Amino acid sequence: MKKVYFYGTCLVDLFFPDAGMAGIQLLRQAGLEVVFPEGQTCCGQPAYNCGYWEEARAVARAQVALFPDDLPVILPSGSCAGMMKVHYPELFHGEPDESQVRAFSGRVYELTQFLVDVLHVQLKDLGAPVKVTWHSSCHALRDLGLKGEPQSLLGQLENVEVAPLAREYECCGFGGTFSVRQPEISGAMVCDKSADAEATGASVLLSTDGGCLLNVNGALEAKQSQLRVQHIAEFLWERTHAR
Amino acid sequence: MHADTDILFRDSASQALLDPQLRANFRRAMDGLMAKRKAQFPDPQDLQELRELSTAIRSRSLLNLPTLLEQLETNLTRNGIQVHWAETCDEANQLILGLLQARGAKTLVKGKSMVSEEMHLNAFLEAHGIEALESDLGEYIIQLDDETPSHIIMPAIHKNKDQIARQFSQKIKDAKYTEDVDELTAMARKVLRQKFLDADAGISGVNFAVAETGTLCLVENEGNGRMSTHVPPLHIAVMGLEKVVANLEEVAPLYAILTRSATGQAVSTYFNLITGPRGEGELDGPQEVHLVILDNGRSRIYADPQLQATLRCIRCGACMNHCPVYTRVGGHAYEAVYPGPIGKILTPQMEGVGVRHDLLHGSSLCGACSEVCPVQIPIPDIIVRLRREATHTVATSSVMGKGSGRTSTEDWAWRIWAGVLKRPALYRLATWFATRFGRALPGSAPLLKHWTAHRTKPVPAKRSLSERIRAEGGPYV
Amino acid sequence: MSSRSAILERLRATAGGGPLPTLNPAVMERRHWSAPERVVRLRKGMEAVHTEFLEAKPATWPDVVRTFCESEGLKNLLLGPTSEAGGALAATWAPGGTQLVAYDRPVEAFKTELFTSIEAGFTGTVGGIAETGGLLLMPGPQEPRLLSLVPPIHLALLRASTIQDSFWSAVQALGWTRSLPPNALMISGPSKTADIEQTLAYGVHGPKRLVVVLVDDLT
Repeated sequence: MKKVYFYGTCLVDLFFPDAGMAGIQLLRQAGLEVVFPEGQTCCGQPAYNCGYWEEARAVARAQVALFPDDLPVILPSGSCAGMMKVHYPELFHGEPDESQVRAFSGRVYELTQFLVDVLHVQLKDLGAPVKVTWHSSCHALRDLGLKGEPQSLLGQLENVEVAPLAREYECCGFGGTFSVRQPEISGAMVCDKSADAEATGASVLLSTDGGCLLNVNGALEAKQSQLRVQHIAEFLWERTHAR
Repeated sequence: MHADTDILFRDSASQALLDPQLRANFRRAMDGLMAKRKAQFPDPQDLQELRELSTAIRSRSLLNLPTLLEQLETNLTRNGIQVHWAETCDEANQLILGLLQARGAKTLVKGKSMVSEEMHLNAFLEAHGIEALESDLGEYIIQLDDETPSHIIMPAIHKNKDQIARQFSQKIKDAKYTEDVDELTAMARKVLRQKFLDADAGISGVNFAVAETGTLCLVENEGNGRMSTHVPPLHIAVMGLEKVVANLEEVAPLYAILTRSATGQAVSTYFNLITGPRGEGELDGPQEVHLVILDNGRSRIYADPQLQATLRCIRCGACMNHCPVYTRVGGHAYEAVYPGPIGKILTPQMEGVGVRHDLLHGSSLCGACSEVCPVQIPIPDIIVRLRREATHTVATSSVMGKGSGRTSTEDWAWRIWAGVLKRPALYRLATWFATRFGRALPGSAPLLKHWTAHRTKPVPAKRSLSERIRAEGGPYV
Repeated sequence: MSSRSAILERLRATAGGGPLPTLNPAVMERRHWSAPERVVRLRKGMEAVHTEFLEAKPATWPDVVRTFCESEGLKNLLLGPTSEAGGALAATWAPGGTQLVAYDRPVEAFKTELFTSIEAGFTGTVGGIAETGGLLLMPGPQEPRLLSLVPPIHLALLRASTIQDSFWSAVQALGWTRSLPPNALMISGPSKTADIEQTLAYGVHGPKRLVVVLVDDLT
């Protein structure tokens, strides 16, 4: 295949546009033409999670309509990819456009999943030695079943050392609306996650998900930590593209 | 707005978070239980097959539930075990009271039973002058302090050695203060031994009820279950109606996955199969055995094809052991009989989704629970479904309290949200404002203030991704 | 309408319809070992939870039991005099030293003595479980239930040839899928708890010690 769609996601659009650009760049570096349809907004997950399915469907429909061609749809987010791939079919069960949505869902991939499982990219590390740590976003891990694709990409970079994160698989506490509906519990979880991250001695925390990054970054900054966060797409692009 | 009768998980959870001892106790305990479980399942393929088999067995039991319950009743009765049915906890309590009073029973010993907690049986019997003494060490410990269990398998998991030592020295006659676990255990053994000897009746739960042979299966490590069910002349077992399985062959995989998932043990000390009272020629065993089958809202849960999966639960506790929320707030914060993830889906269905709406939002939907559930209950999906039931009155739904968690504030919030997000022009306007003026929003603004309590304000980028791509002339269609 | 009818009617309104999921027992069937391997596995599993083992041969096991009782200085040993194992032991038991006590009357006449002065109980078994370690018992008129529960020491006779692969295969081999006596059970070790700060403690309400007399009848 020579052409793919790219879905930015609302958090990347607003908070991590460089990661979005990097994702697109990585796909082009792999030889693909990337189409970014105008008018994309949000996958609808927040409303879906709160039980407001009519509102979620209305927004979801608007997204699906922007990707009519039979091309893969790549997302720089495990959470949003999970919503579109796994939960859209449930959300549209019994709806008149169910089969159309199912067809769309069948074409959805998270970025690292696509790079590894479909493109089998081979990356060359052009950067200086660095120690990073990896946070598995829950939806990437459990909804999408991402089993080590990000780690295998990092493993291809010979100057990158990945320090294991204690309780890597434990939720960072974002959970979308959870962070504002249960702020104390969410706060306790992100405090622990950021402490675990600092304890690795890494200089940067990586993840597939903007929500996790926003969450942990906020906590790290509040502690005036030296540890920064970065989206995996941005990191991979920085390490592998010749300047 | 929340009704006065709503139970707010956020309130009790935030209290619990401030208790450093509770946090440390639960963190240590859950980390240990997670590691033990992991060690029992070294082969992921084997684990997945065992989970699938267990799920299929429980699904079949549920699909056949009325037939199996009738078969169970017929065979239990044939074996000499008397069967009673109770729609409500009140009814179950009255039934048991009747059985005890008929025998003039004044003291009884209890093997661990979460269903009896659901019934608040001990308090009910106490009010009628009957002493119900917990014999499981964890339950005994919390009973001494008038507490409820904080975990379905390890009821006293929130307590430290020194707390227990102090409690024993104060509440057990002639007990000296010691923090030595063996000595504390020996004290409990001594006290309870006399109670087993003297008790007029024993009450137990049921881990699995086997329809084909009319058998009640009990899993335990301490021996108090066998004591409670074999020594007193009367044994009363209580069981939720979902616990029946077709045959003993089907019990084997469930037993194998139960102990490994619960406490990381390949097998429990005892697996006790009760198929009748004292038989012809037997020299010991109870003269009378009864089973009380309790509904208490289970048949209502059963009626919904998706929610029915809630009833597959074999009460292993793995979900709560792996839950990042439970680990931080402990079981009491749920203010419910069943804590943790299973409690999050069971409690709203039994008490009402409106009353327990906040509990339903006490989850980040991380999925750690469903990942380890031996019978693959899709807990996050069910939480989302119940959140929908709380906020919308679906005509065909049988969920308790449906629609009673709806607020006009939330309705409007999502209506506006959808209104903007399905209109690209409005979204573009909103993001333009956010990128240009977002950083001016004070950290103390509504909703944002919850975020900034523990984090710096999230600052939007100078230009959104869409704006950049538009400005750079593509790639877009 | 009775509660029973109301409950069943509600359940029937929903139940059934649709195929039952099929059961694939492969994961249970592959738990299979040779006879000698089964002995090793059972022993490993049970010793890990503080079970003690005494080795014996078909002709020597009564002496092994006797020697154990003497070396422990046991005042008495309770058994079912008409059971296979109990009867065989009683037949060879020389007078003096540990006294054999027969559990041959209803517990009502015997309770206090059982709870306060019996030091050990001896039972047979109907098999063992290799996968996890465990003994299978079928108490009954000849070997009462409390024999393996109340005395602080439980001595159990296990013939190696009766060890099954797993509980799964055992229930089939023993015919338990078809019928069961009023009480049957599996025992894997002495009684234990981890309720105090998750620290393991042995000898809670059941026996403090489980001693398995393992008879090698494989050769």
